[in-house]
Amino acid sequence: MLSGQRNVARVIASSSHCDLPGHDTSSQNPKNNMAGICSAGHCCCRANPYLAIMETPTPPLDELIACPHCDALYHVGTIKKGERAKCERCHAKLIAPRKAAGAHIIALALASVVLVVAALFLPFIGISRLGFSNQATILEIAWAFSGGPMLVLSLATLGLIVGLPLMRLLLTLYTLIPLVRDRPPWPGAARAFRLSEQLKPWSMAEIFVIGCAVSLVKLGDLARIELGPAFFMFAVLVVLLVIQDTFMDRWSVWKALEK
Amino acid sequence: MSVTARDKGLVGCRHCARVWPMEKTRCDRCGARLISRDRASLQKVWAWWLAGVMAYIPANVYPMLKTRTLFSTQEDTIIAGAFELAKYGSYGVAAIILIASVLIPLAKFFAIAYLALSVSRGATMPARRRFVLYEVIEYIGRWSMIDVFVVAILSAIVQLSVAAAINPGIAAIAFALSVIFTMLAAQSFDSRLIWDRIDTPEEDSARG
Ligand SMILES: [Zn+2]
Ligand SMILES: [Zn+2]
Repeated sequence: MLSGQRNVARVIASSSHCDLPGHDTSSQNPKNNMAGICSAGHCCCRANPYLAIMETPTPPLDELIACPHCDALYHVGTIKKGERAKCERCHAKLIAPRKAAGAHIIALALASVVLVVAALFLPFIGISRLGFSNQATILEIAWAFSGGPMLVLSLATLGLIVGLPLMRLLLTLYTLIPLVRDRPPWPGAARAFRLSEQLKPWSMAEIFVIGCAVSLVKLGDLARIELGPAFFMFAVLVVLLVIQDTFMDRWSVWKALEK
Repeated sequence: MSVTARDKGLVGCRHCARVWPMEKTRCDRCGARLISRDRASLQKVWAWWLAGVMAYIPANVYPMLKTRTLFSTQEDTIIAGAFELAKYGSYGVAAIILIASVLIPLAKFFAIAYLALSVSRGATMPARRRFVLYEVIEYIGRWSMIDVFVVAILSAIVQLSVAAAINPGIAAIAFALSVIFTMLAAQSFDSRLIWDRIDTPEEDSARG
């Protein structure tokens, strides 16, 4: 993705059997040998060609990856764009570079920023019943809690559905723009990217969209509901966010930031 | 049997996966604090867990929604609201609300408590299953916020003068806090602790 891959390139034998004497994986008890690792712990006998368990002596540390979820340690091999390397122990996706991912993510993030900002000012959802009608923008929806002590909840709601998604988009742009142009990262880019990753679970645009669907069902026959343009913009935004996430390869970004 | 960073005297960064010598305390690549196994994290887990449970009580005792129509005014707690819907035949929606706002939060409390206990006291459930449980909690936890958003949407649009009006009840803030605290409890948990037990030498020798 971000031209950070080449210097990790250290080809590891991709055959599933081992050439070294006494390291035949097939003779091993499969229970002790779930990942096809030979008992000596060499990286030669791997079913997984991309990630290999450590050799001795330890290779340079920047060629290693430790799974953040289970601490399994791997020696990173050559990973081509479009391939993916998963942790053998916990199955977490560790490395999955995509072709021109940086440029795609930037384009999608810019479009997403436009959608979020525009959606703020357009009607999100409307209702009519017995000749009375009413409609609300996202800002007005968040403001529903503004009476008295619940003001905090209004601010939190606004942050979760608009503020944090927007902030993550801006942080991503700040991190990636210099990298795709092969320039040195902007100051604080590593912190920006880490923050963006930490905010991920708190960015709840998609939950809000589904919440809207639940509200429709809940109101049911009580009133007639109309979805406004902002709702559809938000629905598109959610799809764009998902696509960005599939293009985003953390490993490549960190590699590029390290240089 | 996987080799871990700790086995090799190394420490992995939980944020960027970079590997460093054990004695390093801060990751040079992303700036995060490095710690091989965050045992102190369990205290944080329990503190957030307790806060989440405490907030969940008022969330169910106080009204979540205040509904006013032409002829009546009504204040409903989460559970009463679901039964109200069932009374009028909306069994599907009632079931969804009960699952999302009662069953899932309770299941989360039990699951987090179980995971925290399992790494300090040992567990019979295999590490892989416990890790899946942890992933499910992390994934599902944030979705409970949907209830708060629904209250916000309903309160914002159902403001139809004399015909009908819906306003949020004080339970909304307690429920939101409960969801946030539970998410923080799950995030504080160092999932690498789950995997350590299966690699302990005692178990290896016991297996033969
Ligand atoms: Zn793993
Ligand atoms: Zn790091």
